[in-house]
Amino acid sequence: MIKAILVFNNHGKPRMSKFYQYFNEDMQQQIIKETFQLVSKRDDNVCNFLEGGSLIGGSDYKLIYRHYATLYFVFCVDSSESELGILDLIQVFVETLDKCFENVCELDLIFHVDKVHYILNELVMGGMVLETNMTEILTRIEDQNKLEKQEAGLAAAPARAVSAVKNMNIPQQIKDMKLPDLPQAIKDLKF
Amino acid sequence: MALRKVKGNLERMFDKNLTDLVRGIRNNKDNEAKYIAQCIEEIKQELRQDNIAVKSNAVAKLTYLQMLGYDISWAGFNIIEVMSSSKFTYKRIGYLASSQSFHADTELLMLTTNMIRKDLNSQNLYDAGLALSGLSCFISADLSRDLANDIMTLLTSTKPYLRKKAVLMMYKVFLKFPEALRPAFPRLKEKLEDPDSGVQSAAVNVVCELARKNPKNYLSLAPVFFKLMTTSTNNWMLIKIIKLFGALTPLEPRLGKKLIEPLTNLIHSTSAMSLLYECINTVIAVLISISSGMPNHSASIQLCVQKLRILIEDSDQNLKYLGLLAMSKILKTHPKSVQAHKDLIMQCLDDKDESIRLRALDLLYGMVSKKNLMEIVKKLMVHMDKAEGTTYRDELLSKIIQICSQNNYQYITNFEWYVSVLVELTRMEGSQHGHLVATQMLDVAIRVQAIRHFTVQQMALLLDNVHFLTSGSAQSSTMAEVLYAAAWICGEFAEHLSEPQATLEAMLRSRVFALPGHIQAVYVQNILKLFANILTKAEENQDVDGINKLCEIVAANMPQFVSSADLEVQERASSALQLVQYLQKQVNKGDFGLASEVSALFVGELNPVAPKAQKKVQIPEGLDLDAWINDPPSESSEEDDDDDSAAVLRGINTTDIFVKSDRIVDGYYGLNNKSDKTPEPTEEELEMRRTARKLEQANNPHYLKSRANTKVKNDLNKNLSEDFFDVPVAEIELPVSLKVTGLASPDSYLNLDKRNKTQKKKKKKGKKERDASTDEEDDSYPLHVVNTDIGEMPEGAQLSDDDEDGDSRPNDDPHKALDINLDEPLRDEEKLPIRTHHLPDPVNHIIKSKKKHHKEKDKNKDRKERSKEHRKLKSKSKNKDRNPIEDEKLHGGDNLDLWLGHDPSGYQPVTSDGEKQAMTSEKLPTNSSRSEKGAGESVGSLGKSSKKEKKRSKELKKEKKSSLKMKEGYEEAAGISTPSKEVISDLQGQGLADLQGHSLPSDLPVDPPGGLPHVVTSYTKFAGDKTLQMMYECRLLPQESNQIVLSVLLSNQSQSLVKELDFSVCDTLAIKLIRGDCGNQYGIKLHFQLSPGSTSEAQFAFEVSDVTQPQKLRGTLTYIIEMSDGIASHEKLDFSLLLPCSSFMIGRLPHRDTVTDLLRGGQLTHRNSFAVSPVNRDFSQVLSLVCFRSHFTLVEQVEKTASLYSRSLLGHHVCLLLKADPSSSQISVDGKSNCESLLAALMGELRGFLQVPPA
Repeated sequence: MIKAILVFNNHGKPRMSKFYQYFNEDMQQQIIKETFQLVSKRDDNVCNFLEGGSLIGGSDYKLIYRHYATLYFVFCVDSSESELGILDLIQVFVETLDKCFENVCELDLIFHVDKVHYILNELVMGGMVLETNMTEILTRIEDQNKLEKQEAGLAAAPARAVSAVKNMNIPQQIKDMKLPDLPQAIKDLKF
Repeated sequence: MALRKVKGNLERMFDKNLTDLVRGIRNNKDNEAKYIAQCIEEIKQELRQDNIAVKSNAVAKLTYLQMLGYDISWAGFNIIEVMSSSKFTYKRIGYLASSQSFHADTELLMLTTNMIRKDLNSQNLYDAGLALSGLSCFISADLSRDLANDIMTLLTSTKPYLRKKAVLMMYKVFLKFPEALRPAFPRLKEKLEDPDSGVQSAAVNVVCELARKNPKNYLSLAPVFFKLMTTSTNNWMLIKIIKLFGALTPLEPRLGKKLIEPLTNLIHSTSAMSLLYECINTVIAVLISISSGMPNHSASIQLCVQKLRILIEDSDQNLKYLGLLAMSKILKTHPKSVQAHKDLIMQCLDDKDESIRLRALDLLYGMVSKKNLMEIVKKLMVHMDKAEGTTYRDELLSKIIQICSQNNYQYITNFEWYVSVLVELTRMEGSQHGHLVATQMLDVAIRVQAIRHFTVQQMALLLDNVHFLTSGSAQSSTMAEVLYAAAWICGEFAEHLSEPQATLEAMLRSRVFALPGHIQAVYVQNILKLFANILTKAEENQDVDGINKLCEIVAANMPQFVSSADLEVQERASSALQLVQYLQKQVNKGDFGLASEVSALFVGELNPVAPKAQKKVQIPEGLDLDAWINDPPSESSEEDDDDDSAAVLRGINTTDIFVKSDRIVDGYYGLNNKSDKTPEPTEEELEMRRTARKLEQANNPHYLKSRANTKVKNDLNKNLSEDFFDVPVAEIELPVSLKVTGLASPDSYLNLDKRNKTQKKKKKKGKKERDASTDEEDDSYPLHVVNTDIGEMPEGAQLSDDDEDGDSRPNDDPHKALDINLDEPLRDEEKLPIRTHHLPDPVNHIIKSKKKHHKEKDKNKDRKERSKEHRKLKSKSKNKDRNPIEDEKLHGGDNLDLWLGHDPSGYQPVTSDGEKQAMTSEKLPTNSSRSEKGAGESVGSLGKSSKKEKKRSKELKKEKKSSLKMKEGYEEAAGISTPSKEVISDLQGQGLADLQGHSLPSDLPVDPPGGLPHVVTSYTKFAGDKTLQMMYECRLLPQESNQIVLSVLLSNQSQSLVKELDFSVCDTLAIKLIRGDCGNQYGIKLHFQLSPGSTSEAQFAFEVSDVTQPQKLRGTLTYIIEMSDGIASHEKLDFSLLLPCSSFMIGRLPHRDTVTDLLRGGQLTHRNSFAVSPVNRDFSQVLSLVCFRSHFTLVEQVEKTASLYSRSLLGHHVCLLLKADPSSSQISVDGKSNCESLLAALMGELRGFLQVPPA
């Protein structure tokens, strides 16, 4: 089971948080903070597993994380999940984000956290892995986006125009988040 | 309208949307909180508007704020509003918000039940998907109960996307609503073989989660998983399955043996590291579970270790980490294989990654040997010097000690070295493991006698250099604990000290008071010990000055302890001070010889006590700790009742103290008050006083001093002498207390307050023998002898590891509730709750026609209500018609024993029908509503026979009870299953009566001549196993237009008693078992038992709605077979029964002219004919056969031509014309009927049996 999925940046600012076990808001913030402290002090060239975040779970739980440019993707999982499998899942998640946002960067996550959630919902459900096949995931997401567009129809056109105007103020979006090469071990895991 | 909409949209455009909110927060970094507060106000405004678009915008913003840590539960109602929007866009926003902020305890959830149900059943795939995703985050027990059925329905959705989500959702349902597990499990099991690999994977995932916590309940699924493992290529799923096997193997070693080969193959073949790693992990688990009895498993171990080495050598830190992790698992059982890779592991100790270093440290534990211990420890010490960060250093320290002390110092050859290592370790700054080091020092000093001299010297040095341990940065350190050990060792083994005087002075030095209280206390006590030691020596030398000087030093320095903040230290120091001063006085008076008395305070050797000794003290026979020692005091007692009982209870717990005290008091007062004459107290008074005294004692252990409770006390004083005569009586009542008082030797045990107080002096005798024996055992250790005893234990007690038995899971762990046996067949009351209107009580279906009317009415009503479900069911029933061979393959593996026994031919075919039943009856609570719905939808009885499965007696009882209940039911439903033939006999007889006129063919059973109409039995065997044979005969009830009776003969062919028979069949569209008043269930319990060799008959009525085709009945008979040795096992017998159309024919002719009328009226539009040449039968025999087998009545016979008639239960007419053609010896059969398919089926039947020669 996955107990929580956290995305935060290099300064510990939450960019997305999903808890599959109930914690109140204060506790959630505390967990994010603690996890950030644990993860951020690790070098990039050390292993991606971390034992013993005291707030979530206990000895059975592991933090499995990846660091991409300015963002940390952290999964808190118990021993029923395969460590390498989860690493791969993070990769699938990030690659899916990359496809959906076309060169994803932190700003995408900042302004579209809802979409990130929708994407994540196609990967993980209630703490269990739902789908790992990226094509399938993308199909589902596109289908739902289409549905949304259909519903909006003409009525949404003016709103879209307004938001386009509003968006012009956003400073040039930095597309700096590049996916590093996968280690061989992960590439092998095909689905 | 449209205009308003556009207007609304225009207004909305200028509202703040999510992007604006995020941007605003980013632009207001300095006063973020204020800005957000302002936004929340705006959101509240927006939520008040009617426009759903505005609302959903507000909710979207709230979701973002929730992530930032703002509580949004106040908007729960609005979230639900947005969720209930019909538009997907808004719904999605609503569900997202709810999944982020709702949880199982949210009270608003009860408002959502119907909305979520609607969404689950929505035509739109993604609406249902959303609902499932959202629900998975906040499902509560109530929602689980209410929606379980809807989610179950989605399991059979045509869309894999929904099936997948529903499967995962079921796990959440189980967690909150464990009762759903058993009814739902068969379908979940089906999903393991879903055509869609995503669904399959989800099902595997769920079963793995379930099985991980309660593996034993899922052993029976092993064959299914095994098949998946060997066929699937989905790595995700394989990983899960392999992990699951890892959890199952410890329970079933045979499974492990079966797994080794495929796993080894996978290890060789896979290129995916994650899969490889999990395979290795499971192979390790297998090897651990079957560590003996596998001749060639060393090869597997070698393979694993080899592969792990490759992982560890990999440049990827993750693989390195996992490799080490897996290696440490092998280490536990196969240390030798790991030791070969010592070099690699030592390398990892130098790794820059701390996680990896820690893992490598774990492994070192198994790497050491006598030869390399010193080397390894030295290396670790170097690491410790270099290491930054105290946590890692602490880890190193504890590892060093762990490595050295393992198996009673097995690898240490030189204890002087070890002591010096320990002393060295005390130099470590800021360590939290002071206590650990101290314990080691004590342990070594006590256990290794040969090293004591050295140890004591070292400890004296430590005491001399206290400032190292207490100075500067030591504030956060616990290393001062070492002084506790040092002081104690120096005091206890003072004879080994070279300069006791110097050590004594060191201990008296002034810095000592900065130490923690418990260390000071040990100091005081051991100063006294040292003092006694030196005193003895001085006395031997008649050194009065020396003694004086010694006393002065001690007396001068003791006051600093007397003024200690710690009470215990104060107390001990004052007594010590008084003692020393008194001694000095006596010595100055010239009174020598006191030294021996002082040292007598400290004689006696201290032995280690086993860790669990206290727990193992056996309760003496006859002692009941829960029983009252005295009669419970009456209400009228002077004392408050509550206090009283509390006092008695406490009295038990601390008996040793009180009994001891009693004695002292006895002696004391006995002397003083002997002359006092007091009137004899009455029995009552005595009792009262006893209780009073008990209370007093319990409340105040030092009660000699106490005079608090004056009233009671006065009483006591008055009657003391008599009172205390009673005390011995109390002692006799307490055998345990007597024993305990016997061993109290307080002085020598004072220091051992942490240890067991109940050790017995007797033990001392055994000590020497034990030492002798350990000496022998330890011959291999040249230098020092370790006392490797586990420590003292009470007599007769054994040290065991598993003292903590039982389920250690906390009570609120949902998995505890899911520990459910899934192999048992479903019980009647087990079903998913369904949404129903209140339905009238199920009508008793007895073979009386009166009640038919009601039934019809109900039926119509139900039909309307359930037409929706009906449709679903119909679509499902298609799936049902799987071919039996496939079923066999599918379920054959169920028998785990056989499967594991490598006997492919031994698969016990279990038709799926037995497993597929339940749902229909669950969904449709009355019999009447069942018609035409078929058995398609089903959750099955998980029926499965496994020889080893033993029923717990509790359940047996339960079943018995329910079967009793059933019995009552059956008595009302007369004739359904009474083992009597009478009910039916005359009915059939009538049909046969017509036959009587004709000569019966010789190959048919003939009635006793002239006998009453009697059933000609034609029981046919249709099922059987080695225990039971089942034969059946079909009978008709002419007065019932749509029922037949199946009479089943059950004969027990085994030597055991067969009982609790449960007959269940899978209803089809056309034929349904009438279950009497037990409306909702699938099977009928038979209330008789079969003794060995006996035969019984049971009759079952079926309602038939289609007679035009042969009907196939499938079912299961479950029963319990009770062996002579009392072992009962559940067995299951599956059967299928083909009921030809003729079973539904009534051979009665209503009226002579009926046939003529029918033929003339032209109603019989369908024709069918054939010709056969019956072998060895003449025309009349053929005629009889047709009449008998197919239930026809002879209407007219003219020579070799005969016309016959019969009608079906439902009133179809069939007429036959049989003609014998003398030339070709053929018989032609012409049939006419108003039902084509019935006629065709009947003709087919006739042709079939006419062609077969008589037996």
